[in-house]
Amino acid sequence: MPSVKSVETILMDHPDAGRDHLIPILQEIQEAEGYLSQESITKVGRALEMPSSKIFGVATFFNMFRFQAKGKYHVMVCRGTACHVKGSGRALDMVTKALKIQPGETTRDKAFSLEVVACMGACGLAPVVNINGQFYAKVSPMKLQRIIEECREKEQTHVHA
Amino acid sequence: MFAIEANGQTIEAKRGETILQSLKRAGINVPTICHMEGLLPSGTCRMCVVEVEGYGGLIPSCSYPVAEGMKIRTNTPDVMTTRKTIIDLLLSNHPDDCLYCARNGNCDLAKLAADNGVRERSYQGGRNRRPKDISSPSIIRDPDKCILCGKCVRMCDEIQGVSAIDFIARGSKAFIGTAFNQGLNVSSCINCGQCILVCPTAALSEHKYVNEVLQALADPDKVVVVQHAPAVSVTIAEEFGFAPGTDFDGKMTAALRRVGFDRVFDTSFTADLTIMEEGSELVDRVQNGGALPMFTSCSPGWVKFVEEFYPEFLPNVSTCKSPQQMMGAIIKSFFAQKEKIDPKNIVSVSLMPCTAKKFECGRPEMGQDFVADVDYVLTTRELAELFRITGVNPAAIEPEAPDTPFGERSSAGKLFGASGGVMEAALRSAVFLLTGEEMQDYTIQALRGMEGSKELRVKVGDLEVGAAVVSSLGQARKLMDEIKAGRKDIHFIEVMTCPGGCINGGGQPIGADKSAIQARMAALYQIDSDDQLRVSHKNEWVQRLYKEFLGKPLGHKSHELLHTHYDKREVLL
Repeated sequence: MPSVKSVETILMDHPDAGRDHLIPILQEIQEAEGYLSQESITKVGRALEMPSSKIFGVATFFNMFRFQAKGKYHVMVCRGTACHVKGSGRALDMVTKALKIQPGETTRDKAFSLEVVACMGACGLAPVVNINGQFYAKVSPMKLQRIIEECREKEQTHVHA
Repeated sequence: MFAIEANGQTIEAKRGETILQSLKRAGINVPTICHMEGLLPSGTCRMCVVEVEGYGGLIPSCSYPVAEGMKIRTNTPDVMTTRKTIIDLLLSNHPDDCLYCARNGNCDLAKLAADNGVRERSYQGGRNRRPKDISSPSIIRDPDKCILCGKCVRMCDEIQGVSAIDFIARGSKAFIGTAFNQGLNVSSCINCGQCILVCPTAALSEHKYVNEVLQALADPDKVVVVQHAPAVSVTIAEEFGFAPGTDFDGKMTAALRRVGFDRVFDTSFTADLTIMEEGSELVDRVQNGGALPMFTSCSPGWVKFVEEFYPEFLPNVSTCKSPQQMMGAIIKSFFAQKEKIDPKNIVSVSLMPCTAKKFECGRPEMGQDFVADVDYVLTTRELAELFRITGVNPAAIEPEAPDTPFGERSSAGKLFGASGGVMEAALRSAVFLLTGEEMQDYTIQALRGMEGSKELRVKVGDLEVGAAVVSSLGQARKLMDEIKAGRKDIHFIEVMTCPGGCINGGGQPIGADKSAIQARMAALYQIDSDDQLRVSHKNEWVQRLYKEFLGKPLGHKSHELLHTHYDKREVLL
């Protein structure tokens, strides 16, 4: 496993960085830590002499940034054109109801996190959902519910064992 | 200067100015929302579009420079329809609760709709319902009413240099919020309320305490005491339809008695007291090698700003409490003892031009034995509301004098309401205290006026004093960075959080332009030049307070009641 870069090292890789380095820095931090924590945004603010409100504003403008750590099961629902036509909206509704979280959020037990993506390049299989790298093709709300329940069961047996 | 044509008439234009500026000078009105006087145009709202012959499409007049030979039309059907559509769209997701709205009667959005003939809803837009942020003791944010003009963001960033708020998210989901969308109370917000003054709707308003004050007034067991700041008497008249700069000092005092306050005191009295304490503190620092330059501490937004952004300068901030808190402290000590009232039964209300004062009175340092110095702070706007609710019309009342022992004031104390006033009052007394002679002419012109930064080198006895006056925290930041970089020629610095000082405070009547603020300032200068008592050290009641109670400036009692200290504050910067 490659070693995870700390925010400090990332900032050191950008000496004399100005505000034009903000987005690359945030991307690297998200890559290293999986999300942008308050701590890292504050550190970036201090290094770039930018208010954290501005950094938060920039980061929330883009869909790629998340502000909560990913869950054990990271659910990505495709909302690209083909998936939309094939009913991915209903699939997403189902997931938000079942997990009680909105896109970008993580469940309190840190088991699930949800992300909406624009296209995963698998339009022939629409609507597509990806959980931890595994693709699920032509999902219906029913099918998706089963998949999530399976993840939950796996998680529970894992805890009990 | 060159000529351009606007709506068929020839008007003059200056090179380098915007179309909007030329039109305005010629008396041609073009509606704007996001436009802010004195700042670079942002051009986001598109309300100000006009037609220019030979140019494709509509041109935003606020951000487009005039050019020779331009033929402009501001009221073609195309322009008027576009404006109406913009307003229609802004209203499409706006709450319809105007009757209950804090800005009912002075809403810019309602005025735009009326002025441009938008009288029915064309679109029903989806609403982003977001909870109100009531976490701050000073400012309430209601995102539902926000039209995303961005003026508060620019005020907070470009004028105040605080940047507590910014645009969050994108497109139809965008809203204004703090870092991590937390409450304003844990953000870097310094409570100045300048955002409220520029907000076109009620998305930003002050945290009101009118009902609490009414409850206290109705309680027969409470002695309700009120103090009013120097800058309130010259602005409250505007709320009742009078021209900016009308002074209601005596009328307001009389009206406050009609409302039911048991005592009416003048915060300018403790402004005089502040001069005695702060002046002595400065002399002490100079003679005994204390931290210099010394900064004033009257402006609570500024104090919080130092705690957050420049904690290394905290030893340089005067330990004096602000005049409001000094008054609160002596009301609940000296006055309570004298009148034999349990301080717990006194409700101390303060009328301020300021929203940050609401935060200040709740600071844990500001009280003794778990009794707060000041209980409730009302802004000038809330005072007008209080008068209206109780049916008291200050305009129709004969003026009355405030109560003893904290009613007498010098006009130097009154000057605290304008940027430069504290410094002017301090120098008048410093000259006397150090040389034993009064100044020939009390007026110090170099410290007056609306400029954000004023400086003066003055000889006080043998001492050459470098004095600086800044208003707005953007200006304060500039000066502090100069001092950080090694500037050493300044000894005493007055900082006011709001541009121009308290007369332009975040609690003042909404809708004042630059000329209105200048008129308020001129009113204070007029009071000063008309007054018999123009120096703080000659205020007899201040002298009596020292003789009967406090002892001497910087004495033991003063330290206990009138001084405090500030600590570094951890917030999300």
